[in-house]
Amino acid sequence: MHVPDGFFDVPVSVGAGVFAAAGVAVCLRGAKRELDDRTAPMAGLVAAFIFAAQMLNFPVAAGTSGHLLGGALAAILVGPYTAVLCVAVVLLVQGFFFADGGLTALGVNITLMAIVTAVVGWAVFRLITRGGPRGRATLVAASFVAALVSVPAAALVFTALFWLGGTAPIEVGSVAAAMGGVHLLIGLGEGFVTALTVSSVLAVRPDLVYGARGMTRALTLRTADGDVQVGPAAPEAPSAGIGLRPVLVGGALVAVLLAGVVSFYASSAPDGLEKVAADKGLSAQEKPHAAEDGPLAGYSVKGVENQRMSGGLAGVAGVGLTVVAGGGVFYVIRRRRRAADSMTPASAQ
Amino acid sequence: MSAGHHHPIYRPADTPVHRLPPQCKLAAVVAFAVFVVATPRERFWAFAVDALLLAAVAAAARVPVGAIVRRMAIEVPFVLFALAIPLIGTGERVQVLGLSLSAPGLWAAWNILAKASLGVVASILLAATTEPRMMLLGAERLRLPRLLVQIATFMLRYLDVILDQMRRMRIARESRGFVARDLRQASVLAKSAGALFIRSYERGERVHLAMLSRGYTGEMPTIRDISATGRDWAVAGMLPCLAAMTALLAWSTT
Repeated sequence: MHVPDGFFDVPVSVGAGVFAAAGVAVCLRGAKRELDDRTAPMAGLVAAFIFAAQMLNFPVAAGTSGHLLGGALAAILVGPYTAVLCVAVVLLVQGFFFADGGLTALGVNITLMAIVTAVVGWAVFRLITRGGPRGRATLVAASFVAALVSVPAAALVFTALFWLGGTAPIEVGSVAAAMGGVHLLIGLGEGFVTALTVSSVLAVRPDLVYGARGMTRALTLRTADGDVQVGPAAPEAPSAGIGLRPVLVGGALVAVLLAGVVSFYASSAPDGLEKVAADKGLSAQEKPHAAEDGPLAGYSVKGVENQRMSGGLAGVAGVGLTVVAGGGVFYVIRRRRRAADSMTPASAQ
Repeated sequence: MSAGHHHPIYRPADTPVHRLPPQCKLAAVVAFAVFVVATPRERFWAFAVDALLLAAVAAAARVPVGAIVRRMAIEVPFVLFALAIPLIGTGERVQVLGLSLSAPGLWAAWNILAKASLGVVASILLAATTEPRMMLLGAERLRLPRLLVQIATFMLRYLDVILDQMRRMRIARESRGFVARDLRQASVLAKSAGALFIRSYERGERVHLAMLSRGYTGEMPTIRDISATGRDWAVAGMLPCLAAMTALLAWSTT
């Protein structure tokens, strides 16, 4: 589903655009490592494949049909960096050559459909394939879960953006429920088709599947003198690419900048809905929010007089809280993974 | 949705709009879309002015209204969504034709319909007056990353090849009696997708080798220089400048 112009307000569109541009820039560097000088023709052809695969409609139920989104599929088949580039190019071409999806919403569309689906899909896929036993069944199961998770994840990010700067007066809770519910169903279909597609490619050309590097067994020749391992014992598993640190630092900087500085301007004028509400005298009907008296209520910090300063501080504090919460989850997962990793060498020997 | 629109919209002709350098048109359309989105939705006249601006461009480019309207079918899914907003929206209710509708929801629906339609028409006019190849050259002139432009070039160049391959696979499936009835048939379609991926990837490898043998070093040579004069920029800039003035006027008359 391509978001059109006018669905999000200008600050969110611009913010998502900056985020998408930064993400694509990182992926341009990363894809060069994944594909070296083959990047342009290979990524171009894979982008054409994704465009074509999105046109494969499969019937879901009762006359409705769904089609592949392809972010997770591309990440598993050609690697996360190339996948983001391919889907982003597909979206750019659809926006400029086919008038599909608003030009001001390109940032939102690329963020949701290219970056979130590919990154989430790849992260889930790696998490499962590293922990699970080697073999085709694990790869296929991991593809299913990765694609299944990636679609509702994009829907949730959409809901978050909608909460920040959506123009429609629908309760965020109901948007989250509707988007999450519908996209869980779509995700099931996506996971099903992604897993089957990865499985069929694995059966014919396992060497092409990026996510299976280092997972497939080396070729074994059964000769009269016994089994002989041939060729390099399967290429190394793809490294994580650039270190995590620059990405984290850059992301944190962008988030703090957006929250602290952009919210100066975003909050200085009432948004369209608030304005209409004030004009039409609707404000009297507004119900006080449950967290009205919270320290960050209304995006301003209590006890800070300057309204703009206060809005910016609230934004920065919000980002800090999010980082702490997200970091906590990440830390727990990593500790588990380390525990799992320290188990595997012993069992492998 | 992205089904059924794989034929580019380009309409060859020789008009002042067609002759403008692509980078000017690209920048103008993107700026126009931004100003339209920034226009406050309560000012109906501002959107009428924007629509008139686009109508003037369409007239200058001799793009028939029918072609634009047919292409606008692409926004139908979101139109349906926009029409649902007044029904499920929150806020004060108003009675229209016996239906209880949300007043802010009506505003939001109008906002999305107006801005999305203007944006779609602007994109259609851009695509209708600019050859895809020229659009890519223009994007490169606008300092978009060269690698990104190259990827898009290859994608567009081989899109029809890949789509034809898919069409042949569909004909092969159907001539063997395949009908997709429900999700159980998805496995057949997924195998087609897998085969299509392998064919695309292998074609990419062949294309790369063919290019290497012709001296490819990772950069495409510039064969055609398209530079824009100040006059070109001024002509193309009229559209976004007028839209910006409209948006400013609309904000100042609140």
